[in-house]
Amino acid sequence: MSNLLTLIVVLPLAGFLLNGLAGNRLGKAFVSAVGCGLPALSFAAAVAAFRTLEATGEPIVDVVFRWALIGDSAFEVSFYLDRLSAVMTLIVTGVGSLIHVYSTGYMKDDASYARYFAYLNLFLFFMLSLVLGRSLLVLFVGWEGVGLASYLLIGFWFEDPAKAQAGKKAFITNRVGDAGFLLGMFLIYTAVGTLEMDRVNAAFMGPELPAVSASLVGILLFIGATGKSAQIPLHVWLPDAMAGPTPVSALIHAATMVTAGIYLVARLSGVYLHAPEASEVVAVIGILTAFFAATIAVVQTDIKKVLAYSTISQLGFMFLALGVGAYGVAVFHLYTHAFFKACLFLGAGSVIHALGGEQDIRRMGGLAKRIPVTFITFAVATAAIAGLPPLAGFFSKDEILWFAFASEAGGAPWLWALASLTALLTAFYMFRLLWLTFFGQPRMDAETAHHIHESPWSMTGILVVLAFLSTVGGFVSIPHFLEPMLPLPATDEHLHHFEVPLIVVAVLIGLAGLAAAAWLYGGDASRAARLGARFTGLHRLLSGKYYVDELYEAVLGRPLWWISDRIFLRLGDRALIDGTLHGLAGVARLGAAALARIQTGNLHLYVWLALIGIFALLWWSFGHV
Amino acid sequence: MDNGQLLVALGAVLFALGFAGLVLRRNVLVMLMCMELMLNGVTLCLVVFAQQAASTAATVLVFLVFVVAAAEIAIAVPIVLLLARHKHTLDLGAYTDLKG
Repeated sequence: MSNLLTLIVVLPLAGFLLNGLAGNRLGKAFVSAVGCGLPALSFAAAVAAFRTLEATGEPIVDVVFRWALIGDSAFEVSFYLDRLSAVMTLIVTGVGSLIHVYSTGYMKDDASYARYFAYLNLFLFFMLSLVLGRSLLVLFVGWEGVGLASYLLIGFWFEDPAKAQAGKKAFITNRVGDAGFLLGMFLIYTAVGTLEMDRVNAAFMGPELPAVSASLVGILLFIGATGKSAQIPLHVWLPDAMAGPTPVSALIHAATMVTAGIYLVARLSGVYLHAPEASEVVAVIGILTAFFAATIAVVQTDIKKVLAYSTISQLGFMFLALGVGAYGVAVFHLYTHAFFKACLFLGAGSVIHALGGEQDIRRMGGLAKRIPVTFITFAVATAAIAGLPPLAGFFSKDEILWFAFASEAGGAPWLWALASLTALLTAFYMFRLLWLTFFGQPRMDAETAHHIHESPWSMTGILVVLAFLSTVGGFVSIPHFLEPMLPLPATDEHLHHFEVPLIVVAVLIGLAGLAAAAWLYGGDASRAARLGARFTGLHRLLSGKYYVDELYEAVLGRPLWWISDRIFLRLGDRALIDGTLHGLAGVARLGAAALARIQTGNLHLYVWLALIGIFALLWWSFGHV
Repeated sequence: MDNGQLLVALGAVLFALGFAGLVLRRNVLVMLMCMELMLNGVTLCLVVFAQQAASTAATVLVFLVFVVAAAEIAIAVPIVLLLARHKHTLDLGAYTDLKG
């Protein structure tokens, strides 16, 4: 079938329209069927398209319609499936469908059930156009669309002003990145004359380089990526985005949307291959984000915030891989991360569900026996993200560490060292989370403890599937699969004898994190408390998230507020615009008051006035003839 | 002075008389009649000029003015009648309600 790609994209849109327009009237069974069924169909179509792709070996192009014809340049809406977008499409539709099914359990009692599924389907539609779009323009439409869906879902419970605020913060922070993205797009169009990404890549890989600085393009596009993928300095929105329903955090803010930046860079690898400076920026920002987010995650006490900072940190790892030229490896980590981070978030959702809305890990503990399925799947996913073999995270993280160390396209020992330290922190804070949530003494109040219950099968079943994928996902070698289009960078021959020791070190790091967390949080919490007391300053700095929000508030927020209030509102709006209008109205009123005086009601006066008027007119016209 | 000039002068006199009556008299009905006098003075001039220019259009216009004048008086007289019934007087001084 020739329109398979269009079908993949349009099915969730149909779900959005059905649920959005008629969902409230047709009942929950209908909403669930449409909301889960159409993404599943979309997944089936993606599998079919993938099989066609593998059978023919040629990228599938699906032209939908011509969007605009301006002068000689035509902008088409067309979809493009090669191995990279196929991997992404399968992740998005596959994990997406699973999370839709999970949501039927998690959101069961929500009043806005239909609206929730409508938004979720809308998100899938935009995400798929982002992934499958052939032109940067279609990608950008998807890019903005997922931002919109993210905004709608973060502020899903908009009755709470803090949650609505978090939605706005995500939207506005992303606008900053989008400015860079747009500029990069303009620059590419001026230099190459097309926005179709395979042609852009071909132009940069061809014999004659386009007359544009690849590094400038690369950095501008990377600014866009830092917004969407929550990298320094635009990372501030993602932790707040946890205000949304937990399945949303799993789908949008962990598994799919936030990886759009990774996808963008990997998609335009042709540009970055010729932009060593931009690649260096990507690698450094990536590793710094990974490290700083990991340090913040160590002291967070909200189960979802820990996972949010963990996501930022893992995205930093992916950018590190992109920065050292290992594009396939970054996509590999994206793929394994989608499984275990979705599993972790959904597991956290199951915990929150069991505790009736409690998110603070200081009031959890001892849940392992009460909700065993959640516990086991959560533990598997934790081990996977910590990088313990043979789970999925081990393979992808190990490859990132190896290329950070040995890649000739920018690898360096210090990158490896910092990445390993981050991996240690990752293992530590994840096992800390596991320990505080599931082991030790229960710290919740008796009322909550009494009501703890395992989640329904629609939720636990999904957890089991994702835990299984987190276990075996690493055996699918994505970098090898993508190698024909995203070749791995050359590695330094002299460093090859380090490869095995580095793997051993990586495993040891994972185990060390586990041991440290077990030692600190295994008994009563006194060891951790003492440690916190000894480093009060550091603890406060980390708990305050390095005070980046406060810095932005002081440097950007306040001055903007002041300018808006003093200059735009008081001077511009009230003094200038309102003042002009009030002034005009005042003149009219004064004029009316003056003229009202001759309105005496005396007919003789009127006659005289008319006569004077006539004579004045006559006199004037005689003077001017 | 030929007839034409005499008739125009008569029209001017009629207009002036009408105007004097309009501004001097206080009886509303008389003021209305004075206004008719002014109108007739103007119409007389119009007839004379139409004759001198030998213009058919101007002659027709005279009849148009008559029609308008008839319509005007048909509205004005009932208004004065209603006013007089309301105020029980025809004196202009009683009609100063419409002031700003």
